[in-house]
Amino acid sequence: MSGFRGRDILSIRDLSRADIELVLKAAKKMAPVAAGTRRSRSLEGKILATLFYEPSTRTRLSFESAMARLGGRVLGFSGTEGTSVQKGETLADTIRMVESYSDAIVLRHPQEGAARLAAEFTERPVINAGDGAGQHPTQTLLDLYTIWDEKGSFQGQNVTLVGDLKYGRTVHSLTYALAELGAHLTFVSPPTLEMPREILEHVKEKGLTFRSTHRLEEVIRDSDVLYVTRIQRERFPDPQEYEEVAGSYRVDEAILRDAKRGLIIMHPLPRLTEIAPEVDRTKHAVYFKQASNALPVRMALLDLILGGEE
Amino acid sequence: MRELRVTPIKNGTVIDHIPAGLALKVLKILGIGDSVTSTVTVAMHVPSRAMGWKDIVKVEDRELGSREIDKIALIAPTATVNVIRNYNVAEKRRVTLPDRAVGLLRCANPNCITNAREPVESEFVVRSKNPLRVVCKYCDRELEEIVAHIV
Repeated sequence: MSGFRGRDILSIRDLSRADIELVLKAAKKMAPVAAGTRRSRSLEGKILATLFYEPSTRTRLSFESAMARLGGRVLGFSGTEGTSVQKGETLADTIRMVESYSDAIVLRHPQEGAARLAAEFTERPVINAGDGAGQHPTQTLLDLYTIWDEKGSFQGQNVTLVGDLKYGRTVHSLTYALAELGAHLTFVSPPTLEMPREILEHVKEKGLTFRSTHRLEEVIRDSDVLYVTRIQRERFPDPQEYEEVAGSYRVDEAILRDAKRGLIIMHPLPRLTEIAPEVDRTKHAVYFKQASNALPVRMALLDLILGGEE
Repeated sequence: MRELRVTPIKNGTVIDHIPAGLALKVLKILGIGDSVTSTVTVAMHVPSRAMGWKDIVKVEDRELGSREIDKIALIAPTATVNVIRNYNVAEKRRVTLPDRAVGLLRCANPNCITNAREPVESEFVVRSKNPLRVVCKYCDRELEEIVAHIV
């Protein structure tokens, strides 16, 4: 019925607006199961393979928990030590082997395009859980769920993205999705870390206006959603470039004095200094809730793809 | 009467209407280097009614495969390929840029999975033909300096 059964989730751009809305509504229904207050066995007898070629705690554990909450089982590896990958097996061969052991495959890999390649070598649905600096669509879905759950809609919301907009994959995927969903976008970054031109072109093609600035102070009062990201050292080819921009923005109580009462502050975590700990106590802080939304969103997605529930 | 600067060939391929200055890149695409066994004639900066100036490449005793013709389209979309048999034009083909360039280009992103030891050919989606813009199907990156990444 949903058109999700057996489907690969490789990039948020593969999902239409209707697809995204379907996942968000399904996630809302999953919330009590995720919280353990309602039981479901909808994926009983199903096996999910989680292949994590590089370590991840949050993403891997939430997929495993999601599968367990729905009565399914998980197998896989985290880090390639002791696996045939270390013996030099190609990703294509590993996928062909794992296919026969599982009903769906979750893949995190350090190289861009790995999930799309994996999907070509198996009939099983592949869910991309991050490919290098590339895509991480389930992160985007939980970001979208958080905005939708907190604000009720996307249309007309002023969403401000702050930090490393050049290398940050979460803000790229989120921008594509929010452009599809009709939000007003504002981009705040140091001059050397601006949103790539092709993404800005895409937003324009969608007929949306956006704002770009280097100063958060200029736009804080108009924002409904503030999406803050860490400036990631590991994404910089040049360490000096990192040093120059590290710590460019800090969201603290002082800057929030001008903010709307209903402003929500999001962050994909882990954070460094870009959000002061004092902000955690304010009504604006939803980043921990955002992290916990990973569970109902991933449960909903697995349920739609593996078709456990009618 | 105009004097012919380049004599007709008996058998082979004439690639005409190459944008002026790109003939040597066409040679690179055709893999014409040290191990050539037939005559190759290059005419550069030839007056052309349609283009102002153009380059021409003639390769004797060789007919091009469709993949080679696709590659030429990547750098010289205006080119025409004439197959010559016994001094006559046996086939006249205009190069056409495919919507997808499969196995023709190498992704410039060193961290793209297609640059790892995996059993796949590179594949680029042609986003725009003029100017030529291509995006890697796997890593989603736009390829800059297309000519330098021809396989």
